[in-house]
Amino acid sequence: MKPSIDKGSLALGTYVYAVLAFIVIPLVIVIPMSFGQNDYLEFPPKGFTLRWYAEYFSSRQWWSATSLSVEVAFLTAICASVIGTAATYAMVRGRGRLATLFQILLIGPIIVPHIALAVGLYLFFQTIGLSGTVPGFVLAHTVLALPFVVFTTTAALGKVDASLEAAAMSCGASRFSAFRLVTLPLILPNVVSGALFAFIISFDEPVVSFFLSGVRYKTLPRRMFEDIEQNLTPIIPAIATLLIVLSIVVLLGAHLMRSRTKN
Amino acid sequence: MTSGIRSQFWHSDGRRLSGLSTLLLLLPFFAIIAFVFVYPIGQLLWISFTEPKPTLDNYARVVTNPVYARVLLRTLWTAVLVTGLCVILGFPVAYYMSRARAAVAAFVGVCVILPLWSSVLVRTAAWSFLLQRQGLVNSGLMATGITSEPLKLLYTQSAVVVAMAHVLLPFMILPIFGALRSIPDDYMRAAAVLGAPRFRTFLEVILPLSLPGIASGSLLVFLTALGFFITPALLGSPQELMIATLVSQQIREVLDWPFASALVGVLTLFVTLLALIFSKTLRFDRLMGAQ
Repeated sequence: MKPSIDKGSLALGTYVYAVLAFIVIPLVIVIPMSFGQNDYLEFPPKGFTLRWYAEYFSSRQWWSATSLSVEVAFLTAICASVIGTAATYAMVRGRGRLATLFQILLIGPIIVPHIALAVGLYLFFQTIGLSGTVPGFVLAHTVLALPFVVFTTTAALGKVDASLEAAAMSCGASRFSAFRLVTLPLILPNVVSGALFAFIISFDEPVVSFFLSGVRYKTLPRRMFEDIEQNLTPIIPAIATLLIVLSIVVLLGAHLMRSRTKN
Repeated sequence: MTSGIRSQFWHSDGRRLSGLSTLLLLLPFFAIIAFVFVYPIGQLLWISFTEPKPTLDNYARVVTNPVYARVLLRTLWTAVLVTGLCVILGFPVAYYMSRARAAVAAFVGVCVILPLWSSVLVRTAAWSFLLQRQGLVNSGLMATGITSEPLKLLYTQSAVVVAMAHVLLPFMILPIFGALRSIPDDYMRAAAVLGAPRFRTFLEVILPLSLPGIASGSLLVFLTALGFFITPALLGSPQELMIATLVSQQIREVLDWPFASALVGVLTLFVTLLALIFSKTLRFDRLMGAQ
């Protein structure tokens, strides 16, 4: 079928690029706004200043929220990738007895609205003293990130021939060393990309953090929520710009990792 | 020696983990899901049915009080609108992406996937900049003469619908794209050879074969939209609550746990029920690019 440029495909193209503009413009627009000189948000922004970035980096409140979020996201990435990889390995190499239960529990945190989990954890963590603590945030975010880690590692593990491990074991390696020396290096790119996804899921997670944050410990999304709700200042576009850059870096990292497995 | 190796080989089956190792490897997963997911939600459901005494009163209040019934209807209607908007906006993009050259498809893919992995707060904040009184949308409307003074766009239900559709659009595009991409080009060629005009090929070949993707995307968007909190909380009007914002208000301001638990119960049970009924339609793995 030879490609022909007719009215139909022209209209389709126009429509598609209009939708893409709708998707992308709200994200892109925060970038110039973060450099505007005035105290209020306006478009087009006037002048050029790095003042809002300086304010963000020098504010103790923003800094403590950011460092809490980084700490939580880092620990979440580790917990989710270790627990998720172990569970995936058991499902792919095991006898598949618990497969149905595993799948239901895996999909659960995606299906059940985050508000339900947030409210449930708010009540539960308060009674056991985990509310507003680093372990509390890490536990909650690990549950939210686990499905995505399992999806990325399942894809990789399914491609690793089980007889490679069997060969290592017949040469005397234990199951664990066979995994560590043979299988893990092969699936490592996917494990790392799963960990990157877990990091960004935790770092950007707004709903559970909203309810679990105490007066003292607030994650970055919770601080941003308050700032957007009360007074929209140009510091929000500055932080938004930094977060967009972070997403691009993480996605690019995950993509490079996964394309290494294919080669 | 040889028999020793062979017996070890057969003993472990070479490939399959023993039942005990499987259980040990799964233990951390089951433990954290039980402790941090099943228990807290189970506790809420328990409260909703048992406090102040074993009763269905909390649920009766949700349904019979006209104020709360209206919140439920608004939530449902908003989710329907968002889903419809996502189909209308998303299907052509997915179709275009599945038929475009590799480089173009990759460009469109990046435009779709990048927002998916950027913060919901960033996207919601962007809409509140755009929809302010002096925001870009209002200045655009005034510059083109459609309106002479700024309209109230922020803190309305329309703002919530548009921003939610913006946030959820990738969840619609990706499953439809997955379904469209799996249609072999031969089908289109065959239809063309047999003399079908392109529009008819679209209606009778492409559209029916893409229905599983549309169903999967619609369900995903609809279920997620029902429980949305951040966008209605920041862009919606306090007089037009949705179920998630009502839950938050009941807990943080009214401190009515049994009633809030019943609201969470209605939402969770409804969403879970739909997900179970349509479990074949929902394909989560597609979201991660794994087929």
